[in-house]
Amino acid sequence: MAMLEVKDLEVNYGVIKAIKGVSFEVNEGEVISLIGANGAGKTTILHAVSGLINKAAGSVTFEGKDITKLPAHKIVYMGMSHVPEGRRVFAQLTVLENLKLGAYTRKDKTEIEETLKKVYTSFPRLEERKNQLAGTLSGGEQQMLAMGRALMAHPTLILMDEPSMGLSPIFVEEIFNIIKEISASGTTVLLVEQNAKKALSISDRAYVLETGNITLSGDAKTLMNDESVKKAYLGE
Amino acid sequence: MSFLNYLINGVSLGSVYAIIALGYTMVYGIAKMLNFAHGDVIMVGGFVVFTLSTRMGLSPVAAVLISIVVCTCLGMTIERIAYKPLRSATSLAVLITAIGVSYFLQNLALILFGSDIKLFTSVVKVKPLVIADGQITITGETIVTIIACMIIMIVLTTFIKKTKAGQAMLAVSEDKGAAELMGVNVNATISLTFAIGSGLAAIAGVLLCSAYPSLNPYTGSMPGIKAFVAAVFGGIGSIPGALIGGILLGVIESLSKSYISSQMADAIVFSVLIIVLLVKPTGLLGKKISEKV
Ligand SMILES: Nc1ncnc2c1ncn2[C@@H]1O[C@H](COP(=O)(O)OP(=O)(O)OP(=O)(O)O)[C@@H](O)[C@H]1O
Ligand SMILES: [Mg+2]
Repeated sequence: MAMLEVKDLEVNYGVIKAIKGVSFEVNEGEVISLIGANGAGKTTILHAVSGLINKAAGSVTFEGKDITKLPAHKIVYMGMSHVPEGRRVFAQLTVLENLKLGAYTRKDKTEIEETLKKVYTSFPRLEERKNQLAGTLSGGEQQMLAMGRALMAHPTLILMDEPSMGLSPIFVEEIFNIIKEISASGTTVLLVEQNAKKALSISDRAYVLETGNITLSGDAKTLMNDESVKKAYLGE
Repeated sequence: MSFLNYLINGVSLGSVYAIIALGYTMVYGIAKMLNFAHGDVIMVGGFVVFTLSTRMGLSPVAAVLISIVVCTCLGMTIERIAYKPLRSATSLAVLITAIGVSYFLQNLALILFGSDIKLFTSVVKVKPLVIADGQITITGETIVTIIACMIIMIVLTTFIKKTKAGQAMLAVSEDKGAAELMGVNVNATISLTFAIGSGLAAIAGVLLCSAYPSLNPYTGSMPGIKAFVAAVFGGIGSIPGALIGGILLGVIESLSKSYISSQMADAIVFSVLIIVLLVKPTGLLGKKISEKV
């Protein structure tokens, strides 16, 4: 049974049908990419999965439980973390306060400390700047904080929405290395990316989204060599 | 020496404004709405103590505690019934609803207690402090009010800085969606904010009625508006701003009443507000509010 199963998902914004019946699944241990042009509906799908918006139809099952109607704050407790598009760190709080909020769902203080150490190992910059206000971090550092904050919940599945957006090539490289690390440590990853080439290179499978529908899916390597994918998303 | 007396009175009045302003500022910071019924919760707090203590002879401490509980529940109920269904409505709709709630509370008090002014027995039993050979007298009410305000500020600041619920409040005030993604129950957090603000309003009501012992269904509206001004003055959304705004407002009001004219005092207070907002539109300690989608 898949870890995350999305079936016939539909999402509307008023009269606009943003997602028109999308089905996909994520198995434990996989890195799955969702690629598509601007406005295809990638963010909307992630929001629907993590419970931030209401679904018009369809179902979402996580770890065998129906979470279609569950609010976002309850889904986090089940082990799903979401790194939202545009980072959305708490600008007026310090780096450390942001990270502690990431562990909001957890009680055991020593376990939280351990996770904090791990996050600092992955992102040494965050430790250097732990008392700095998050709003004063650079874009790349904010992305690291958003990822670190999500990891503080010790998730089994992590959703990431365009983590490389607006970053310099060195930062992009670093972010993708960290996604690989996260996956290697046993966390399942559902990744949304504009940078399709990079995303496919670290993914097991991928889904291609076009204006609210999945038009193509399969093995990441196969998709990388697909002529239509190459033309539309890989700039070749 | 009379200047010192006026100053101390101003600080005391300002402390009451500050305690009320906290409710405005916290609710604004977290629910992004102006709760214009906040002032009337003060009046409810006053009437609860009046009924229990002045009329029924219950001990003042017990009456105050019950009043805090009643106002806390009232605040949460108002939020639940009147504001929660409007979470995604326009801010104008919410504002009009808040004004409606304000009238509702005033009229309810009118039906229950009538419009005549009630003489409120002070709950403060502290002896006045006479210093400088009797030239300065600080009443027990003044002492208790200033100390209460200081304690409330310290406790609230510590609560927000050090507890999980306090941090959740800050997270919600910045970005509701991101806070949800941390596992924070946004509705519960908003409810808690109303609870704290309304509990403080009860305390403010008791202090106000003890210092100015007349009570009627409209007792809360003017202090409510002044406290709102204080919150804007200090920077709405900011807790230290509420303290500074409240105290400044109280001092300006007290000094204008004493040295210029009691009729002009309110006009002067509002003029100072306008000048402050012209120079610094976000208030003294206000942060720039960046619109988030
Ligand atoms: N709050 C909203 N109200 C109305 N329409 C919306 C809203 N959010 C998204 N949409 C619309 O839904 C569609 C899908 O948007 P979505 O943000 O999911 O796209 P995306 O694939 O994440 O795009 P991008 O790559 O630019 O982030 C778009 O046409 C967008 O205009
Ligand atoms: Mg998007």
